[in-house]
Amino acid sequence: MNLVWSFILIPFIAICLIPFLQLKGKAIAVYGTVSMIAILTNYLAIQALTGQNFNMTLPGSLISGPINLQIDALSAWFILIINFGFITGGFYGLFYMKTYADQPKNLNLHGILFVLLQASLLSLCAIQNSIAFLIAWEIMALSAFLSIIFEHEKVATIKAGINYLIQSHISILFLMIGFIWVAGKTGSYDFSAIHSYSLAHPGPLSLILFLFFFIGFAIKAGFVPFHTWLPYAHPAAPAHISGIMSGILIKIGIFGILRMLLLIPVNYTAIGSLILIISLISGIYGVMLAILQHNLKKLLAYHSIENIGIIGIGIGLGCIGLGINNPVLSSLGFAGALLHTLNHSLFKSLLFFTAGNVYQATHTLDIEKLGGLVKKMPQTSILFLIAALAICGLPPFNGFISEFILYTGLYNWIHNAQMISLISIVFIVMGLAFIGGLALMCFTKAFGVVFLGNPRHTFHHEVKEVSGFQLAPLYAIAALIIIIGLFPKLFLDLLIKPVQLFTGLQQLPFVAFQGNGLEVLVSVSHASWYLIGLVLILLGLRKWLLRNRTITVMPTWGCGYTAPTAKIQYTASSFVKTYSKLFGMFFLIFKKEKEVQGIFPTDAHLETKPYDKIEKWLIDYPTVNFKLFLDRFRFFQNGKLQFYILYGIIFIILIISIPLLYDKAIQFIEFLKQL
Amino acid sequence: MLSFLLIILAAAFFTGIIIRTKSIASGRKGPGLFQPIKDVIRLFKKGTVYSETSSFVFRIAPTIYFSSVFVAMLVVPFGQSKGLISFNGDFIFFAYVLGLGKFFSIIGAMDTGSSFEGMGASREALYSMFAEPAFFILMGSLALLTGHTSFQEIFATLHLGSSITYALGGLAALVFLMIAMIENSRMPLDDPKTHLELTMVHEVMILDNSGFDLGLILTAGYLKFAIYGAIIFNLFSGTISYGYAIPMFLVVQAFLAFVVGMIESFMARFRMNHNAQFIVVLSSVSLLIFFGALLVSGKFI
Repeated sequence: MNLVWSFILIPFIAICLIPFLQLKGKAIAVYGTVSMIAILTNYLAIQALTGQNFNMTLPGSLISGPINLQIDALSAWFILIINFGFITGGFYGLFYMKTYADQPKNLNLHGILFVLLQASLLSLCAIQNSIAFLIAWEIMALSAFLSIIFEHEKVATIKAGINYLIQSHISILFLMIGFIWVAGKTGSYDFSAIHSYSLAHPGPLSLILFLFFFIGFAIKAGFVPFHTWLPYAHPAAPAHISGIMSGILIKIGIFGILRMLLLIPVNYTAIGSLILIISLISGIYGVMLAILQHNLKKLLAYHSIENIGIIGIGIGLGCIGLGINNPVLSSLGFAGALLHTLNHSLFKSLLFFTAGNVYQATHTLDIEKLGGLVKKMPQTSILFLIAALAICGLPPFNGFISEFILYTGLYNWIHNAQMISLISIVFIVMGLAFIGGLALMCFTKAFGVVFLGNPRHTFHHEVKEVSGFQLAPLYAIAALIIIIGLFPKLFLDLLIKPVQLFTGLQQLPFVAFQGNGLEVLVSVSHASWYLIGLVLILLGLRKWLLRNRTITVMPTWGCGYTAPTAKIQYTASSFVKTYSKLFGMFFLIFKKEKEVQGIFPTDAHLETKPYDKIEKWLIDYPTVNFKLFLDRFRFFQNGKLQFYILYGIIFIILIISIPLLYDKAIQFIEFLKQL
Repeated sequence: MLSFLLIILAAAFFTGIIIRTKSIASGRKGPGLFQPIKDVIRLFKKGTVYSETSSFVFRIAPTIYFSSVFVAMLVVPFGQSKGLISFNGDFIFFAYVLGLGKFFSIIGAMDTGSSFEGMGASREALYSMFAEPAFFILMGSLALLTGHTSFQEIFATLHLGSSITYALGGLAALVFLMIAMIENSRMPLDDPKTHLELTMVHEVMILDNSGFDLGLILTAGYLKFAIYGAIIFNLFSGTISYGYAIPMFLVVQAFLAFVVGMIESFMARFRMNHNAQFIVVLSSVSLLIFFGALLVSGKFI
């Protein structure tokens, strides 16, 4: 009980204190609270991962009934991810927000929301009661919304924030329908009621119930076609918030889906196939659009959609494994999904933080205006490079490990699958490989254009590396990325318990890996070691050989052209030109063009703006039509107070009379029946 | 171990044979078989020139590129004998480690700030993106056919019994040959000997490399050819004893080099925008192999 009280009290005291402190005090209070909560919950989480679940019942209220809290292995895994993200992101944020020191009120709110966001995310992992869950969910959604609109004087930021707010409430709507449905049928708001309800009603009812929850959580996670809020919200937020949103906030959607899979034992094969299809589309669509983006953060946001797709592929494989009773497939699928959740939270937050550094140094995120930053910000560029390699799934980094597990699951499934499954396997393998290739293209573009070559734009201020303190958390993340890549076994051992929850087996049966130790991943890490060793030996040899040789520094070979400028360089758009032409039918690219004309041409320009086709059809068209429809009822809003009072009275009368009318209607029907 | 030595041996003469074939086909005498090796040794002895635009990325990129190809080589088996690195799913590692090398060669090219090198980098990224799915489907079908998931086990149990499996083996060899062409940037996708930077892919990416770095890049290219040659040979080697297999391996490699040389002598390079279509054909052929594998394994209903 004390634990829960301290979990509630620490943030509460901090929130009350923050407005009254000096700037430094605020920072210490926020960060101290974040770390205290993190230590507290990490302690519980590690206990849960080693086999001791945390259980507790709060008295709750008359409406909600007793509120059960439970931290099992699945919650524990996500709690650890959340805490790591907030500890690194918070530390980064302290220094990132220094620029805004002249807005103390804004910072007050921001600090409070940061604490609230962490507390609500953590409690979402533990709460087992629908009403409490929805309240925490709403706190999370609102604090995220207010954090996004930190720079609320910008129109684009407000627009992005509102877009997020609306969509996250659509997500809440779906969750509410699901919860109310169960509560209405069973009379209990406890999560165990969901489980017992679905056990009592197997078949289509449970399936539909699961779908409601799935859509609700999928909007949060950003699966295509529910992804449209993501590419707006991430770029608008301050860097540490976008890092946390992309790394952690959207993962709570994944957590929700996994939790519901545990609670609602539906037809796993059907659900698995559905999740697989949606995930594959998300993966491919996300990365395909990411390549086109000119805004660095928007590019990263689309990559989040891609990675959510990869995580989803893992979940789908796991479900199908459960459905066809293939424990190897299911454990590989869930293990891959959970590990990729961690991995993505690491490299994506690192990418957003480095993008934040770039923004701080240059005040722009437009890729086409950047270039040559590697010389001015060498540390940021190395960190970005590490994260980029990891997100492309290349060895020896962490992304490769989780993708390897997924591939192993797929190739393992091949051996005992039949026709239809085999064809779907082929498409998934093809999709995963395609995603890998596209990600490689996207990040060579991003890294190459932003950090390499010559600067494409002269800034009127000095472009310099950010402070060492600000870089420190980034190094911590990069270190973890490399450690997971080189010693995957450590982390897979932690995953045994969470995966067991799904498979219900005693040992994570990596039978595909023969024997009990996760042998193959050991060989993978050996191979990575060979690679690193070889690179180091060669670099040493190179240095030794070149020690007495002449090393000349000359201009880049211009093929005979002697006056090259930075404008001559390949830009981001030209880098992907062939690609965007090839896949043109999937995109919607708005072009503003003024062609070169006449013998003495004056100015000419070309501007392209990629847009999301799904957004156009799924969000924009319905919104426009809905608006047109609602315009017909404009006359209600005539600005006269008397009318509004009348509407109020009519409304109240209707509300009161509905039950009466209902009774009358029933009487009437009874009467008809008697006839 | 055996595969390691053999691939290095094959790499030593592979490119030499290509060049010799081309020169004889065009009526010249041509350089000796080991001229490419001599070129590389000469490069290793030289100093180096860096572009003033470039950064540390440009300096480490060739080393990482070479290392990735070298480690990929260690994965490739020879008949019954394993590669130095062998585990279930090693072909996934093979593809991804080559991807790492590609990543670095691309950003190495971008680092010079040259428009030509950016052009080459963009093309390289595009083509490799198309080639990857084909490789994974192909390995998937071989895994389906044999029930194993490591290079060595797949090749060791790939019994080419019925005529349909021979057809599959032939198609698979074709796919690997095409992948080798893409990976090595040879005709008909890219002309390594063209004199116009605008039409190059791989060659233009290494315009600014010199000395030791260029030597590493060239060596990696030679190795890549031999690696794919070895994989193609493995498709058919099955259970042949070493006494026959080793000479056969060398003959197959020499023959492949001859084929590449002939293609380059008698074919024109595709137009750049046709390359993408050519590479998509690759995926279709590998899908065909997959359905063949379905038929053979009796799962086609």
